[in-house]
Amino acid sequence: MYNFTFHRPTTVRQAAGLLARNPDGKLLAGGHSLLPVMKQRLAQPSALVDLSLVEGMTGVELKGRSVVIGAMTRHADVANSQVLKDAMPGLAAVPGSIGDPQVRNRGTIGGSIANNDPNADYPAACLGLGATIITNKRRIAADDFFTGMFSTALEDGEIITKISFPIAKKCAYEKFKHPASGFALVGVFVSKRGPDIRVAVTGAGSNGVFRVKSFEEALKKRFAAKSIEGMTIPANGMNSDIHASPEYRAHLVAVLARRALAKANA
Amino acid sequence: MATVSMTVNGKAVTGDVEPRTLLVQFLRENLRLTGTHVGCDTSQCGACIIHLDGIAAKACTTLALQCEGAKITTIEGLAEPGGKLHPMQEAFREHHGLQCGYCTPGMIMSALDIVRRNGNNLDEHTIRDQLDGNICRCTGYHNIVKAIEAGAKAMAK
Repeated sequence: MYNFTFHRPTTVRQAAGLLARNPDGKLLAGGHSLLPVMKQRLAQPSALVDLSLVEGMTGVELKGRSVVIGAMTRHADVANSQVLKDAMPGLAAVPGSIGDPQVRNRGTIGGSIANNDPNADYPAACLGLGATIITNKRRIAADDFFTGMFSTALEDGEIITKISFPIAKKCAYEKFKHPASGFALVGVFVSKRGPDIRVAVTGAGSNGVFRVKSFEEALKKRFAAKSIEGMTIPANGMNSDIHASPEYRAHLVAVLARRALAKANA
Repeated sequence: MATVSMTVNGKAVTGDVEPRTLLVQFLRENLRLTGTHVGCDTSQCGACIIHLDGIAAKACTTLALQCEGAKITTIEGLAEPGGKLHPMQEAFREHHGLQCGYCTPGMIMSALDIVRRNGNNLDEHTIRDQLDGNICRCTGYHNIVKAIEAGAKAMAK
């Protein structure tokens, strides 16, 4: 890896100041996406700003009708949160499927969302629940946040501090896990919160996470697997690689959406 | 260069490192604790697993500077000072939970984390599922799984 300067601020304000002084710098959260990419010399940040000592960025708490998760909360801690398991088991199940136990011990929700890997799980949960991404500058709706593969609405110097998930009465995530990497070959998050119905897909789209409006429309009548029986989505715009063709990914989207609906209704 | 200080296997250590120095390099090259291995160097094989403040982590995907002030335990820190093996190490010996031995340190550090998370009564399915982050290129998983089940029970005694 190329060398860099290393900083450990203790407040969000200090971290933002360090980013401003190091325009080619990057934030370091769990490091389990960034460090491997740096080792491959695919990224060359001039500085790393480690967020692990920043106060007030971890924890899962209930706030009104939402669950608010600190950006530096590690996957294992989100998965084990009793608050979340009680409030929204469908969301609590998401981090348990990420990577392997050691990755879950280090990786963070904020890091995952900021990276917006097209095969990552959390982007589907955020979009599938209509989450709000809270930064040091503003609040961003998930619908506006994920802007394409590895790209987000985050501006220079902007730091995710929390993610707020509205509690959906029914929600579930189904994932076809790549057996080696643990990433989603395809993952589908479904939710129903009053009249708001969402179907969000990760792993499949060549432009990152997306919603399936045709499924959402069909589910308005009844939020059940039966409502989308026989429905498909076009293979056009699906990822293609050695692991799966666009047609197979499109097929998986419909299959996993039905499974997720069955799980959400169970 | 920067200076990093941490506690490794109960001993306070300090060293000069580059910001890009990985924890596994610091352990192996600065401290000469070569029990922690580098298998894949791409965060997949688990040969480099250590405990960082009591929790299993991959030392190849952690910077030494991220461990400033932390408590690290490596495979060298498990046996008693007189040389008596930790119950989990003893179980690996007893059940021959290794072939070439390269993955063993990581397997044992990972096994202890499985016990931390799931308790001392482990079934085969749980062990295999939770060993997701450890690869044995000899494919000697069968005895590793048996060793972990026995080692976890022995730790409760």
